[in-house]
Order: sequence, then C-alpha cells, then structure tokens
Amino acid sequence: MSGGLEVLLEVRDLRVEFQTDAGPVLAVRGVDLEVLAGETVALVGESGCGKSVTALSVMRLLTGRIAAGEIRFCGRDLATLPEVELRRIRGGQIGMIFQEPMTSLNPVFRVGQQIEEVLALHQNLKPAAARAQALELLQRVGIPSPATRIDQYPHELSGGMKQRVMIAIAIACRPKLLIADEPTTALDVTIQAQIMALLQSLQQELGMAVLLITHDLGVVAHAAQRVNVMYAGKIVEHGSVRDIFKRPAHPYTQALLGALPHPLAPARRLEAIPGRVPAASMLPAGCAFCARCRHAFAPCSTEQPPLLDVAPSHVAACWLHDKKRASSAG
Amino acid sequence: MTLSAPSAEQLAATETPFQQVWRTFRKDRLAMAGLYVLALLIVLALLGKLLTEWWVLLDPTIVRLPDKLRPPFSVPSPALLPAQVPPWGIYPFGTDELGRNVFARMLQGSFVSLSVGFVAVSISLSIGVTLGGLAGFYGQRKWGPFSIDALIMRFTDVVLCFPTFFLILTVVALLPPSIYNIMAVIGATSWMGTARFVRAEFLSLRERDFVTAAHALGLPEWRIIFRHMLPNALSPVLVSASIDVAYAILTESALSFLGFGVRPPFATWGNILADGRTFIFDAPWLFAIPGTAILVVVLAFNLVGEGLRDAMNPKLRKRAS
Repeated sequence: MSGGLEVLLEVRDLRVEFQTDAGPVLAVRGVDLEVLAGETVALVGESGCGKSVTALSVMRLLTGRIAAGEIRFCGRDLATLPEVELRRIRGGQIGMIFQEPMTSLNPVFRVGQQIEEVLALHQNLKPAAARAQALELLQRVGIPSPATRIDQYPHELSGGMKQRVMIAIAIACRPKLLIADEPTTALDVTIQAQIMALLQSLQQELGMAVLLITHDLGVVAHAAQRVNVMYAGKIVEHGSVRDIFKRPAHPYTQALLGALPHPLAPARRLEAIPGRVPAASMLPAGCAFCARCRHAFAPCSTEQPPLLDVAPSHVAACWLHDKKRASSAG
Repeated sequence: MTLSAPSAEQLAATETPFQQVWRTFRKDRLAMAGLYVLALLIVLALLGKLLTEWWVLLDPTIVRLPDKLRPPFSVPSPALLPAQVPPWGIYPFGTDELGRNVFARMLQGSFVSLSVGFVAVSISLSIGVTLGGLAGFYGQRKWGPFSIDALIMRFTDVVLCFPTFFLILTVVALLPPSIYNIMAVIGATSWMGTARFVRAEFLSLRERDFVTAAHALGLPEWRIIFRHMLPNALSPVLVSASIDVAYAILTESALSFLGFGVRPPFATWGNILADGRTFIFDAPWLFAIPGTAILVVVLAFNLVGEGLRDAMNPKLRKRAS
C-alpha cells in the first residue's frame, strides 16, 4: 500500500500523561502511527483505550502532557512546534471533526459566521468572498437550501446537518489531513452512512488523508485502507483492512471481530470478551490484554510483547507470533 | 438520500439570540414596566442635564428666601424678582429650606444617579470580567507555587471580606470629593460577584466541545476568549449588572446622604433627602420625593434584571413559548 506515497503524518513512540490525584497516569503508552498522503487510516479500539487522546495530541489540544514521542507532520515535529506556528497548521493544514456535532458549534453564532471565520483567518479572505465560499462549502457538504441555512444558528439544525457544517468548517481551507474523531457516533445509522459517504467523496475530491478514529468496525471496513487496533494505550495490531478482517493476528482483534454479528451467518450467540479493560493506573507488567486472553501463556504476564511481523506490512503485539517463544511454550 | 428541504416559511423563522430574549422579555409585564421606568428616567436625566446646565431653564441653584418650604404645586410669591420666578409659574415638587426649586434639583440629581450607576457598573464589569475570565481560562497555570486561579479568587475573597460601605466611606473621606471618585470607588468595590460568575462560566465553557473545536481551527487564544467564550458567558453577567446598577445608585445616595458624596450645592437625590431630613414633619415632600425616586429606580433595575434572567434562561424560555 505504501509504495512511493509521501508520508504525511508520522507518530513515533507517543506517550501522553495525565496528572491525577494518584500521580501521573499514561493514557497513551508509546503509539506509532503513519498516515500517507491521500489514504484513510483507521484507529479502532473500545472506549477509553486512548484513541481520542492520540487524535487530540496530534493537534496538541490536550490538557494532558505529551511525555515523549514525535509527531511529524510534513517534516515538522508538532509535539515541539511553537504555539504560533501550530495555529497555522490547525485548521489550515489539519482539519478536525468531533464526535458531538451538537456541542461542537458555538451556539451564539450563525453557522455561516463560523465557516467564514476560518476562511478569514487562514486564507485572508474578505468578508464577501468568505461568505460566497462558505455558501459553496455548505452546498458541497449537501446541506439543503444553503442560502437560508447559512444565516441560521446551530440550534436550528439537526444533528446530521450540524455534522455537515462541522465538515464544511474542517475542509474549508483544503487541509492535507482530516482527523475525524468518531464522526458518526452521535448520529442515526442512516445519517451515519450519508456522512461517511460524504467524507469519502470529499476525500477523493480534495485528495486529503483521513485519520479515522472510531469503535465501529463496520465503518472501518467500508472507509479505511489501513487499520490500527488500539488497546489500553497501545497499538496491538496494524495491517491493511483486508488483513485485519480476514486474518486478525492479535487475540484482541479476533475477539472484537467475534463480537460482531454477521449478516450472512446463521443467528448465533455473540461472543463477549470476558473481564474488563484494566485501569490505566494499574496495568500489568506484561501484555495488557493478558488477563482476558484465552491464548495467554508464560511470557504474557511478565513481558510486554513488541510489534511482531505476522506478514508483510501486518504486525501484531502478541507473543504468539514470536516463533521461538510460541514453540517453546508448545 | 438527502434530507427533505423544509419549506421557506419554516426556515425564515430564524431569530438572533437577542430577538429570542426580547420575545420572552416582552411577555414579562413587571420587567416591561421596569424597562419603561428606566427609559423615562434616561430621558429625564438627559433632559435634566440639558435644562439645568446647558440651556438653563430650570436653575437648581436659585435661592428664593420668600418661598421657603413651599409644598408641591404651589405658586411662587409675588415678592420674587422676575429672574427668580420658576418656569411655568409653579413649583411642581415644592421648594426646600432655601427656596430652591426641588423639581430642578431632582432633575439635576437624576443625571448624577444614573451616570454613577452606569459608570460604576462599567468599571466593576471590566474588572470582574477580566479577573474572572483570567481565573477561569488560565486558572491551571502556575505562578510561583500557586495557580493563577487560586491567586485571583483568594484575592476576590479578601476584597469580599471588607465591609464595603465603610471602605468606600474611608476612601471617599480621604479623596477630594468628586463624582468621578465616587464612581471609581463604587466600581472598584463591587466587581467580586461578576468575577465569580465569569470564572464559573469560563470554567465550564473551557471544557465545551466548541472551544476545543475553536482551538482545532487554529484561532488565537484572545479570539477564543473574547469572541467565542465571552458572548456565551454574558447572560448571568448582564443580569447581575442590571441589579448592580441599582446597588450603585443606592450606594451613591447613601454617600450623599451622609455628606460624603457629591458636594453641595450640586444636587443629588441623596443630598436632597439629607436636607429634607431636618424638616421631616414640616416639609415631608423633601424626603418623600427623592426617597420615592430612589425606590422606584432601584425597583425598576431589579425588575429588569429579573426579567432578563428569566428571558435568558433557556429552560424557562421554552416553557414560556
């Protein structure tokens, strides 16, 4: 997949730390991530696994501290970039859409004003030009009667329309990368499909890369080319969407897929994953999934598995794929 | 595939937040009564400024010894010089112990009261919004061993602990008596409530998604604070401001009553009241008129404040409409 394409975003060994009453807690424990120009990369995992924290850290929008790691975007390290330069990248070269369209728009401004503001800021457009372009953007994201909607307040729009407005704002300056943090979670299933279709068509039109954060494997299968599975602050498996869905290598990925209903298979009891995600403050010494894993063996509880090659450009952080250890365990 | 387009009529119902508030406010009869009183007062105050200082038709300083302590609506005595005769040949509010026209003095005083109220509240708002905003937005940052939030809010607590009125008395007694000093002192001692409101609003706004979204769009911090957060924090501030105006007017009256306010012969409602105190049985209108005026204005500001609070409360608004 990655043959010859420019690496747009490269996250190396990202660690994000939050201060709590019980002391610092690592919410993201060394994440590596790569987004090539124009492709869609998914970051999946259950609630609290650190996927949103990872996304927000790319833009440095966190109250937590980036304890270590590099976030290279177009050759510059966003983790250490001065605030002034970072502001030019935010909204200009990296757009972002959020999980809750209901609360992501400022309730006291008309939607048009909110789009125009970004255009004026990053492209120095005059008010009239900004308004014309805002109108065009609203039309592009499929909002009916945009000429009226542009002067409405967020509370007058439905959730789906608000998310469309958020998308219009995010793509207003033609960013190279769009970070979509659970863009469909708060929406109805029918609207979800429309929003995903819109994102995909915009992506092709603008040639932008998308970092899609979600817990919805259905969305991933449709939209993404490459998938990162995250568990307890770490990436546990990475591969093409085909690899992940056809040949999941990490027991956690296998368990996640096992928990999905299949439309063609006869009705069966869905498999649940036993136990619960360990709290970030009391992770085991070994693999974080160890206590819930049915394949766990000797090294799992004592040593953290590195990302091991399963196939070309398919890696999983599981000792099962370490030939030596797996065979010695029998 | 796409949503069905609502009819143009439905869409045309767009209202600005201001229009929404106004629609609800208009239904509140008491608040509207308060608003009318305030409008009238503003007109009177401007008229008073005009007629007593610029185009002197009603001179509040003319002393008419033959016409001492005349009751309201009495006619001037024929012994007056032509220049002393009040316009329209009548004393609508009577005269005081020096024969000065109380109507003219009340008009002059209305401008003082109103300007003290508005200027003092503007001062207290700017201090309160700035400090509250700083504490709410930058609260987490450290300055030495303390967070900025702790420093500002403990300072606010300290100021709150002063017995305000005595502080004002002391300061006014030390400063040369001038209306500007009084405005400044009242403003500088009444911002604490606003600061607390604004801090609380900013603390909650800072965590809201649209503020994160504004950061994600690369907006500079000052723009996020002033353009995105402040308008959202404004409604409790406006409500408390309108009630603060009443408080400032009351404080100014009390200061003038005690003789620390605006220096006589310049009239304010407080010192008319103070002068009337000695003639409380002989000339009851001397305290009744300024007293009623203060009462009505304070009441009007309070009613408007309460009406605003109801109109800006989205929960009440939905129920009302």
